[in-house]
Parts: sequence; structure tokens; C-alpha cells
Amino acid sequence: MKGSLIILSFFAMGLLLGIFRWIPDSWGNADISFYVLCALMFSVGFSIGQQPDTVKQFKRLPLRILFLPLTTIVGTLLGVVTIAFFFKHRVFDLLAVGSGFGYYSLSSVLITQCKGVELGTIALLANIIREILTLLFAPLMVRYFGNLSPIAAGGATTMDTTFPIIIRTAGKEFSIVSIYSGFVLDFCVPFLVTLFCSI
Amino acid sequence: MFTVLLFMFAGIASGYLFRKRKIRFINGLILTLIWALLFLLGVEVGMNDVVVRNFASLGLEAAVVAIAATLGSVVGAKLLWGSIKKNKE
Repeated sequence: MKGSLIILSFFAMGLLLGIFRWIPDSWGNADISFYVLCALMFSVGFSIGQQPDTVKQFKRLPLRILFLPLTTIVGTLLGVVTIAFFFKHRVFDLLAVGSGFGYYSLSSVLITQCKGVELGTIALLANIIREILTLLFAPLMVRYFGNLSPIAAGGATTMDTTFPIIIRTAGKEFSIVSIYSGFVLDFCVPFLVTLFCSI
Repeated sequence: MFTVLLFMFAGIASGYLFRKRKIRFINGLILTLIWALLFLLGVEVGMNDVVVRNFASLGLEAAVVAIAATLGSVVGAKLLWGSIKKNKE
């Protein structure tokens, strides 16, 4: 929660500086953020490459639980499709937004790069809201939708920001599932977002 | 956009090469880069008058998409959980 507030305040700070033009125009140039994005993707890849042991641990999980990231992806996309016709954006644009699975920093930047600031802002807000919904409603989700549901709701955030609330509400025995699901979805975000942006 | 994915794969490969040496500052670096990017996104949004004027309606759209996405995934998890429990019995 604290982490997302800090991130939001960085966004808000940039927003204010941009609105009041207290910063040179070149800072709002998409090229700079592209270079920083490449550096970020390299670092994210690096941290994945550093933990081959995590990949081995996943092999011990019950077979059907391995499908959790898949049901999360399908459920998310179907959910987005049902509301897409209320809005002026194309279905695929909103599917790209939904494919952030709560990973707002990465998805918003990727979407800004290929679809512009407007959709990028929607991606940022939608994915932050998804994380907040998970943090707030995890106990209710467990009660009405079963123990796997907060892990599904948390999407790509379940190995870091929403991890504590998940093991508190679903139980410690779900910690490996939570890390597994977050890991897989983290990995899928750049691919799905890029895919839906290019359709 | 595929350049970005290339960078990720290059990262995975070099992370794997250096897996014996734990590079601790990488998480701090990721966080700092995320802050920088969100700050730059804020600047870009702030300088875009159209987006600034429509911020409220974009926020509403974002909230609806988030709720639909979360509900969809939670229903998916319920179905999977049901099938796992049935399998055990």
C-alpha cells in the first residue's frame, strides 16, 4: 500500500509540473521514457534470470493449481469484454489495459508508448485500482470466491505488494501459489499488452 | 515495442549468467526506474491538455475496467477452486 502511494505521488508530482509547465518541454518527450523503459525491462529480466531456483519449486504444486494464472488471464479478459462496449475505446485497447493485471508501472508505460498518453493514463489508474481492490477486499473474496480468489485478483502483484494480505487471508500454505501466479503473470504482462496493442 | 522485449530477454540471459553472484541492488534499481518512469508519465500527461481536461472521465473508465477485470478473474478462481476440491473428494 505504501509502495503504491509513493508511486502515485511520483505520478502526481510529474502531473503538476507538466500542467503548470514548470519543467522544460523536452521532459514530456516520449523518447526519454523509452530509454528508461528499456533499462527497466533489462533489470526486470535480470532479476527473473537470477532466480532459477524459484522455477524449480513450482514443479511441486498440485497440477490443477498450475492453471490459476490461465484462469486469471481468461477471467480478466472476459470481464473486460463484457464492459467494453460502454466506452469509446476499442475492445483490444481495453484488453491491453486489463492485461496489466495490476502491474500498473509497466503496463501504463508500455501502453503509453504504443497507444498514447490517454490510454496510458487509463492503464495506470485501472491497474492501481485493481491492486487497491485486492488489498481492500481480499477477506471478502476468500469468503465468497474461495481461497484462490485473492491470488487471481492480485494478478501480477501477488509476489510483492499484495503478497502479505494474501497469505493472511487465504493462508500460509498458499504462499508458493501466490508467488508462482505472480511470477507467471509478471512474465505475461509485456507479451499480452504488446499483443493487444498491435491488433 | 519488440525492442522492449529484446531488452527483457537480454536481461534474463545476463541475470542467469550472474546467478551465482547475488546482485542485491537490482530491486532498488527497478524501483527507482519505475519512479522515474511514472514521474515522466505524469509530466507527459500533465502537458497533454486533452487528457488533463478529461481526467475525471478517464478515471471512471479506469475504475469500471478494473472492477470488471477483478470480478472476472475472481470468478475464474472460484471455478478452478471448485474443480480442485471436487477432484480431492
